[in-house]
Amino acid sequence: MTKFSDLTRLPDARGHFGPYGGRFVSETLSFALEELEKTYLSLRDDPDFQAEFDRDLAQYVGRPSPLYHAERWSRQLGGAQIWLKREDLNHTGAHKVNNTIGQALLAKKGGKPRVIAETGAGQHGVASATVAARLGLKCDVYMGAEDVERQKLNVYRMHLLGANVIPVESGSRTLKDAMNEALRDWVTNVDDTFYIIGTVAGPHPYPMLVRDFNAVVGREARRQSLEQIGRLPDTLIACVGGGSNALGLFYPFVEDDEVRMIGVEAGGDGVETGRHAAPLSANAPRGVLHGNRTYLMSDEGGQVLETHSISAGLDYPGVGPEHALWKDVGRVEYVAANDSAVLEAFRELTHIEGIMPALESAHALAHAKVLAPTMRPDQHIVVNLSGRGDKDILTVAKIDGVEF
Amino acid sequence: MNRIDQRFATLKEQGRTALIPYITAGDPAPEHTVGFMHALVEAGADVIELGMPFSDPMADGPVIQKACERALKHHVRLSHIFDMVSEFRRRDSETPVVLMGYLNPMERMGLHDFAEQAAGSGVDGVLVVDMPPEEADEVAPLFKEYHLQSIFLVAPTTSESRAATICAHGEGYLYYVSLKGVTGAATLDVSEVDRHLEPLRRLTSLPLCVGFGIRDGDTAAAVAQVADGVIVGSALVSRIADNCERPERATEELKALLSEMRHALDA
Repeated sequence: MTKFSDLTRLPDARGHFGPYGGRFVSETLSFALEELEKTYLSLRDDPDFQAEFDRDLAQYVGRPSPLYHAERWSRQLGGAQIWLKREDLNHTGAHKVNNTIGQALLAKKGGKPRVIAETGAGQHGVASATVAARLGLKCDVYMGAEDVERQKLNVYRMHLLGANVIPVESGSRTLKDAMNEALRDWVTNVDDTFYIIGTVAGPHPYPMLVRDFNAVVGREARRQSLEQIGRLPDTLIACVGGGSNALGLFYPFVEDDEVRMIGVEAGGDGVETGRHAAPLSANAPRGVLHGNRTYLMSDEGGQVLETHSISAGLDYPGVGPEHALWKDVGRVEYVAANDSAVLEAFRELTHIEGIMPALESAHALAHAKVLAPTMRPDQHIVVNLSGRGDKDILTVAKIDGVEF
Repeated sequence: MNRIDQRFATLKEQGRTALIPYITAGDPAPEHTVGFMHALVEAGADVIELGMPFSDPMADGPVIQKACERALKHHVRLSHIFDMVSEFRRRDSETPVVLMGYLNPMERMGLHDFAEQAAGSGVDGVLVVDMPPEEADEVAPLFKEYHLQSIFLVAPTTSESRAATICAHGEGYLYYVSLKGVTGAATLDVSEVDRHLEPLRRLTSLPLCVGFGIRDGDTAAAVAQVADGVIVGSALVSRIADNCERPERATEELKALLSEMRHALDA
């Protein structure tokens, strides 16, 4: 049995989290990944690098983000106290920027004049375009053609920031296909290009470094809980697509055995219908995609399945390898929230607290809504409000039958 | 002796360069694949690389992506591919067949079943594009057990220490990726290829075969100056793409292109 305290020592030297993770890439990329790993490991404990990262997070992103007590909503739900970690208040409106700030610093250290990124909901694309603008780097963002359609506002934001958005027409035309295309670009332009991966997936060392850059969320939340609640929270809840905001929140709490952690995947029409994006909750088989081994939704022939979710950012058939391990060892519970429950949570938080969450984050809220009433008022739940909902207004309007 | 080693030994005796065509199994439809394979042999193929279609072929360019999509429309599975190789073997017991593809379908089938059935159908070697030697711990012993040769890629970006690891694990031949990019990409620079092959010769006695960017007799002949074999994929697959509705025509075009290369190599 893996002790939970061992979990913080992963990945191993080869990038494995138990049976998951690794570096399953074609040979051309091996060198670039080795180089990136070396650069990152040398900078990780470098006080100057950390100071630069912390300064950017404070002065450019606006950290620390508040831990907000949603008193009115808690009262209405009639159970545990709900606290929102307000990543939606970050510059660019989501947790994604923590990671892009970090990776942009790595790109700068590596002397690469061009960055590329994949994006689903567009939040990571916007965050990449933003740091590229600030550092004067050329930026190309790959985005599934279907997502370009449903996230028009973010597409235009990226355009205004000077990035070039490339719609991807292959496969299911969503996040996984954008990632395929970004990897193809990187293989071709590996000499002058840095690939800013937006989630805790991909080949080693990406799952590790994206986690580390996002762990600021959990470090702050832990400190803020001690200050504002007077103790650690009972439960943490975060949505999981690739899983970067969840890992960011959970990682600094991993050794706090008394803190329960719940990852909420995209249940789409319902896990039982097969139309979802919840590989962990559905107990999908192990598989290899985008450079790592993980739980992966694939058919009996090993072909990757199309996923379904109201939120473009969670519409991904795999999940970060560290989550896969945390599921197996029982450190984190993984559940799914269906599209309808997500929409309800989206509307409820907007009405009751005046905070419009991203549809991704509304998955975590939907589960908080289920869980809170089963708990006592002296118990505390921290929900990662990973992004703001402005980008989703057109999606919700369409569901409401409103056209602009 | 394995068919691949046998074939390269013979070619070496004859002083000839290996010609290795690639097609995707089941493209444009499963019933054509075995016919294409025989046609390729008639036109001068020394080894056949048969692609195992995958939904997310991230190392492939648009030509082979579309070939995978066409094959997957017919729900081509690994078991069908083994049937194709068995059928091919009824008329051809000599030409080596190498399966090339991605790890996920193999893992989903079960690596042991994959190795057993591949070997049973007459497959000689396997190239798993997204499995570098560092990740081959589980696969390599199974392939050894079933006498399937592990073919590995070497790229222009491969460092010397990695090249040594790859050469230590590689069997059959080394697949040198002639340029940075995906399959079917731009043109290649022969002197640059030569510069990279030279240190590999000191590391291994495996035949060095070059792929990516070879599209006609001239490029094949140029690469043959420096390599033991030339691999051609996208150029052939696009002939299939152009003639999806006319398989006989596709067969003729495959043969014409491969013959042109064979003549250029043997000239």
